[in-house]
Amino acid sequence: MSRETDEFLIEKGLFLTAISSVIVIALIIIFIFWEGYPAIVNVGFFNFIFGMDWSPSNGLYGVFPMIIGSLAITGLSLLMAVPLGVFCAIFMAEIAPGKMRKILRPTLQTLSGIPSVVYGFFGLIILVPFMRVQFGGTGFSMLTASLILTVMILPIIVSVSEDAIKSVPSEYKEASLALGATHWQTIKNVIFPAAIPGVITSIILGMGRAIGETLAIIMVAGNVVQIPTSILDPVRALTSNIAIEMGYATGTHYNALFATGIVLIFMILILLVIANYFHYKKKVTVGGGYL
Amino acid sequence: MDYRIEVEDLNVYFDELHILKDVSLKIRKNMVTALIGPSGCGKSTFIRTLNRMNDLIDTFRMDGTVLLDRENIYDPKVDVVELRKRVGMVFQKPNPFPKSVFDNVAYGLKVHGETDKDVLNEKVEESLKAAALWDEVKEKLDKSAMGLSGGQQQRLCIARTIAVEPEVILMDEPCSALDPISTTKIEDLIHRLKKDYTIIIVTHNMQQATRVSKHTAFFLHGEIIESGPTDRIFIEPCDKRTEDYITGRFG
Amino acid sequence: MYRILSPKISQKIMKSIFWVSGLITIFILLIIIGYILLKGLPVINLEFIFAEPIDSGRAGGIFPMIISTAYVTLIALLVATPLGVGAAVYLAEYAGEGRLVAAIRFGAETLSSIPSIIFGLFGLAFFVIYLDMGWSVLSGGLTLALMALPTILAASEVSIESVNKSYSEGSLALGATKWQTVYQVVVPAAMPGITTGVILGMGRAIAEAAAILYTVGAALAIPISFMDPARPLPLHLYILATEGISLDNAYGTAAVLVIIILVITVVTNTLVDRYTKKMMGR
Repeated sequence: MSRETDEFLIEKGLFLTAISSVIVIALIIIFIFWEGYPAIVNVGFFNFIFGMDWSPSNGLYGVFPMIIGSLAITGLSLLMAVPLGVFCAIFMAEIAPGKMRKILRPTLQTLSGIPSVVYGFFGLIILVPFMRVQFGGTGFSMLTASLILTVMILPIIVSVSEDAIKSVPSEYKEASLALGATHWQTIKNVIFPAAIPGVITSIILGMGRAIGETLAIIMVAGNVVQIPTSILDPVRALTSNIAIEMGYATGTHYNALFATGIVLIFMILILLVIANYFHYKKKVTVGGGYL
Repeated sequence: MDYRIEVEDLNVYFDELHILKDVSLKIRKNMVTALIGPSGCGKSTFIRTLNRMNDLIDTFRMDGTVLLDRENIYDPKVDVVELRKRVGMVFQKPNPFPKSVFDNVAYGLKVHGETDKDVLNEKVEESLKAAALWDEVKEKLDKSAMGLSGGQQQRLCIARTIAVEPEVILMDEPCSALDPISTTKIEDLIHRLKKDYTIIIVTHNMQQATRVSKHTAFFLHGEIIESGPTDRIFIEPCDKRTEDYITGRFG
Repeated sequence: MYRILSPKISQKIMKSIFWVSGLITIFILLIIIGYILLKGLPVINLEFIFAEPIDSGRAGGIFPMIISTAYVTLIALLVATPLGVGAAVYLAEYAGEGRLVAAIRFGAETLSSIPSIIFGLFGLAFFVIYLDMGWSVLSGGLTLALMALPTILAASEVSIESVNKSYSEGSLALGATKWQTVYQVVVPAAMPGITTGVILGMGRAIAEAAAILYTVGAALAIPISFMDPARPLPLHLYILATEGISLDNAYGTAAVLVIIILVITVVTNTLVDRYTKKMMGR
């Protein structure tokens, strides 16, 4: 065999590995849709998405409360994680002395590496009893789940925001300080506004994590199918629904759980599109100059 | 004689690197002083010592005295923010904020507590006029400053500096990123500003030094080799090295 | 704001707020890790590590779970590493900037943001049922491979791209073919970054439970063949905790997981540090 054919074959081989992730994504979408589609047809699209009752034994498959549940848990955890995460990112990028940075970086890496089941377990053992004593009820609630999620999404918000803040040209900072602005005025008026697209990306990534989290939420959220009226109510997320019931589901019930997966995939795809938009915008900001 | 800045026996180190060695220089009020010398000779470090911008670098150390109006600016009691208000700076690369033209000029005023809309409008217009930019931007005050040309951006940076009414303006090679026409405009501007401000300009361009400055200091390897009236330095330098430099034999 | 607080005072207030938020983050980690280790370490001894569970985990050890975790992780890495590194080499060295490359990047990005339970569903529908692999180490390992793939790809691509172009030019100028250059010059130079990527992928595979919930089974016996069902550590912890089987063994299992993650974090940091120092030395 000649050297050219060798090189040709190697390139084709590498190409195959490169498109493997595209093939995997395609397979995932095909199989989830293949298994989920019959349920949507059987139940009806509208009844499935906007149905208020999920009761497989009665043939009712409405996921609306769980869509709300997922969004509510995610929203509440963002409410806590975004301020803390963004402040922590500014701290790391602008204020922390070298030693503090050396402690914080591995801290965040470890936080992002801890298995979600361990977070769930910690929540179950410590947080749930604590909430029960503090607020009454069972302790299993939307708030408990959001608190655990806050810790879980904190690392990604901090690390992506920190990168965004660090990539703001130092000329802006120097110009502001040279005009006699304090460091905080400089951060507030110049550095942070220029980093906003990156910060938004970090929030979207954190949101994706939160919506996709499964077992940690199951362990602390109470998993009751209902639209929560208070943050102390138990809720069930879309992910939890799949994990809890897959073990014994058959027939339409089985398909309906895959259809729940379709809803999840759509939510993630929407977030990805938004994230890409801000990623694009970030490039525009540096090149063309908009805030 | 009225000196605005008096530097004595200034030594600056970054880590182990000895950047400025026993530098002494007196800078007169309302006059343009040019700092010339080859790259890496310490000119930029020197002017960044005058508004304490070097404080941003972790490894920065210094000794010696730097007096502004007879006050030591490195005294622990000195408020750096207040100092930088008095000693403005224009950088090598035009660095307007990614904000509107108006907000760029108003930035310093707002930061120092000015909230009155009318005062802001008035001061912004005044500063842009002083920077000879008003006619070019008066129609697009709310447009992003990033849309201006390089020369306009640099004049905007000067306007932004003037707006906070400093006593001293430091210019770190303000024309090195600009075309000849923009350079001429900046130089004209420097001529008009010198009656109100003490200006210190770092430049690579010796013609520029002769055109804009009254006084010149020549830096080499972190030392001031010679300083004095620009005319004399360029016509009959005392030191051989100065002569070599201005006649283009090195650097 | 200006009129109420002077710039200097607000500077001081904000600085302390920033410090507090940094400290809270460290505090959270200390509480979680400290608590798990405090409760879990006393449970861990040689017997706990090397004994089989008794009475579905009420007593005994977690040896089969450690083997299961090692087994599925190994399969995941054996599949994901060649795919991820190959793809990274292709993207960094062979591909231009076409639509296809954009599609590949979007694919990898999407893959890394798909929730793990979706991987689980897919593993169940595809590996377990469609390919008829059943609940097995193989089904679980392959599912985890898909999750580790984007992590390995991203880290490898970054490190391959950062290899100095002059190296490969030097090699090409000596008459080496493209592949010889990539294989003997570029990939070895990028090795620390690739290793870091593989270790990160490993961390993801070890920590994952939702994706294997319905692909690996839950058997308590030591898996021998890769068609045997198994029960990796995170799954074991999940079952122990949610079914209230044994709190002590749950603490022990959680502590083992936390220790593994701490080791991984330390190892990757050391690698990255050494790599950066080496690069700076040049």
